[in-house]
Amino acid sequence: MNFKKILPQLLTLVVVILVFGFFSYNAQVNMENRGITFGYGFLSQESSFDVQFSLIEYDGSHSYFRAYLVGLLNTILVSVIGIIFATIIGVVVGIARLSSNYLIERTAAIYVEFFRNIPLLLQIFFWYFAALRALPLPEKAEPMFGVFFLTIKGFFIPAFIWNNLDIFIYSVIAAIIAIFFVRAYAKKKQENQGTQTPVLLISIGLLIILPLLSFLLGGVDASIEIPVIEQLSKTSFTFKGGLKLPPELISLALALSLYTATFIAECVRAGVQGVSKGQKEAAASIGLTPNQVLKLVVMPQALRIIIPPTTNQYLNLTKNSSLAAAIAYPDLVLVFAGTALMQTGRAIEIVSITMLTYLTLSITISIFMNWYNKKIAIKEK
Amino acid sequence: MFKLVKRLTSVVAMFAVLFTFTTETMAAKKSKTLKNTQKKGFVRCGVSQGLPGFSNADAAGNWTGVDVDVCRAVAAAVLGDASKVKFTPLSAKERFTALTSNEIDILSRNTTWTLSRDADIGLTFVGVNFYDGQGFMVRKNSGISSVNDFKAGVSACTNLGTTTELNMRDFFNSKGIKYEPVTFEKADEVVAAYDAGRCDTYTTDKSGLAAQRIKLSNPDDHMVLPETISKEPLGPVVRQGDSVWEDIVRWSLNTMIEAEEYGVTSSNADMMKTSDNPAVKRLVGAEGELGAALGLDNEWSLRIIKQVGNYGESYKRNIADTGILPDRGPNELWTKGGILYVPPAR
Repeated sequence: MNFKKILPQLLTLVVVILVFGFFSYNAQVNMENRGITFGYGFLSQESSFDVQFSLIEYDGSHSYFRAYLVGLLNTILVSVIGIIFATIIGVVVGIARLSSNYLIERTAAIYVEFFRNIPLLLQIFFWYFAALRALPLPEKAEPMFGVFFLTIKGFFIPAFIWNNLDIFIYSVIAAIIAIFFVRAYAKKKQENQGTQTPVLLISIGLLIILPLLSFLLGGVDASIEIPVIEQLSKTSFTFKGGLKLPPELISLALALSLYTATFIAECVRAGVQGVSKGQKEAAASIGLTPNQVLKLVVMPQALRIIIPPTTNQYLNLTKNSSLAAAIAYPDLVLVFAGTALMQTGRAIEIVSITMLTYLTLSITISIFMNWYNKKIAIKEK
Repeated sequence: MFKLVKRLTSVVAMFAVLFTFTTETMAAKKSKTLKNTQKKGFVRCGVSQGLPGFSNADAAGNWTGVDVDVCRAVAAAVLGDASKVKFTPLSAKERFTALTSNEIDILSRNTTWTLSRDADIGLTFVGVNFYDGQGFMVRKNSGISSVNDFKAGVSACTNLGTTTELNMRDFFNSKGIKYEPVTFEKADEVVAAYDAGRCDTYTTDKSGLAAQRIKLSNPDDHMVLPETISKEPLGPVVRQGDSVWEDIVRWSLNTMIEAEEYGVTSSNADMMKTSDNPAVKRLVGAEGELGAALGLDNEWSLRIIKQVGNYGESYKRNIADTGILPDRGPNELWTKGGILYVPPAR
């Protein structure tokens, strides 16, 4: 009886194992026939190619593994920037779609319909080549606030030169931990005594005072380095010093966030509309201000509807960032599954690592969003 | 009784294994790729996504170029008709995987012959059909007239996944110049980005620079610097492990070059059958049994010369007459001061 129950599952398992076995056996035989060896030893070899933009120190004398990290960090960077901006734009547009102002509502609707119905790759090309055409050459760039230069070769911004940066970072972390304690204390106090504490003011104060103390007492010191124009030849210029954001990063982040924001906007609209009218009316009738209604009644309920589909959009954005390869932004696909794959010829190894990496990234985002979803879900007692 | 049956089956099984083994080795001698090609009726050839002079498709989808002619020569030799080729446009990144995974049978796509490619990733280079070297293109008004004029901070556009990327690093490192590499997957995007001013220089094989220059909005505003920073012997590639097919592709290419050396052209090939020179007679199949050694008939080389032409004709038609590189440079025969030198067909 029991055996009958597990038989279909056993059969499925056997079939899955057989299919995988067949493919891996075939790959092995084919690779052997063509004299291709298999192994991950190449990761420690010298990569001997350079990358235009890297968050960690890297050049061609580092290993392929280091090149992998460069690509991975660049992917994470553009995904994080994209997610932040997509969320901000998405929330604003989503709420604008609910506005009673006809003009605002229509503008938001047109934006959503326009950007979500054009293929993302086209949008990336558009922003990249449009930006390249529209941006000025370095020598013709007008400074913004005297120190920011947006040019065809990148966005040059002032950089901080730090002394004892680690102490500064510790002070910021300490401030954040302190804020958590203050919030917990304020909540308890309100539950016990019904009095409110100005949490926001205290938080801001902590964030300013603690890092400031690190300057005064911790020996932290920062100076600002402003980009300066430099002549490369008779007609070509660039900027030296400061921090450079390549145009590839800017246009990719722009395209990704504008595209994904349309979907997030729809999630937000659905979430807010999903809260029944009676809730708002009831909240207003017990004397809550419109701001309090939104903050205490509508949003907590809307978030429960918004979070799960928004998680999907975050995952999509992260995976879509791999289109970076089309416009020379050195992400994981371009650096590792592109150049490194070509230079080593290790297709199976590199593609498997790349797939596992994206899987890990996606699952990490999922776990975080599921945790957040659980946190705001209705706690039934 | 039971034991006997068991023993018998094992003997039968052993014979079966032996039998399959022998038929396998016989089939291998005949070349699996050759057999498949003859069965399909066309040669599967991997080419570039559009590089004038080497492999480029016109509006009607007709492919031309010196790389294309290598595949046409193989089709003429193996199938008797130079037009029976199926071209697959590939990016630099896709090309080797397409070959090793059996999508194509010849990769003739301005590919540089290097040790690691030849030995490490299941490929075999069969020869060189164009001797090239890496160069730099700059704007004429930039005042840069030599690679020594580059300064730290220079940004260079190039193709992803090529030897160019590695040479560029070697070059700038040896000069101690910090540079910014901007790498794209498709050549068209490299050209567009350089044209827009994203990069100060565009670097790739000099033949590629000459060919891509015509795609720029104002070709006359740009020039290729005189220096060559690397050796780039470009040639056709086949999968490792099929030596008969490898020989066929190698000698199809060699036939084109040797035909030029002996003055055999597409128009006079038939008359050359009665030549006094035994080498010429061997080349057009009027003497010897060279075709049989490759598993082909004896007219194979004659068909290549008649349908595709010799190397000189192919070069003139595709590269010189189109204005890409009118001067043959190193791609001239060894007898005329170049370095084209192939082993004799005998």
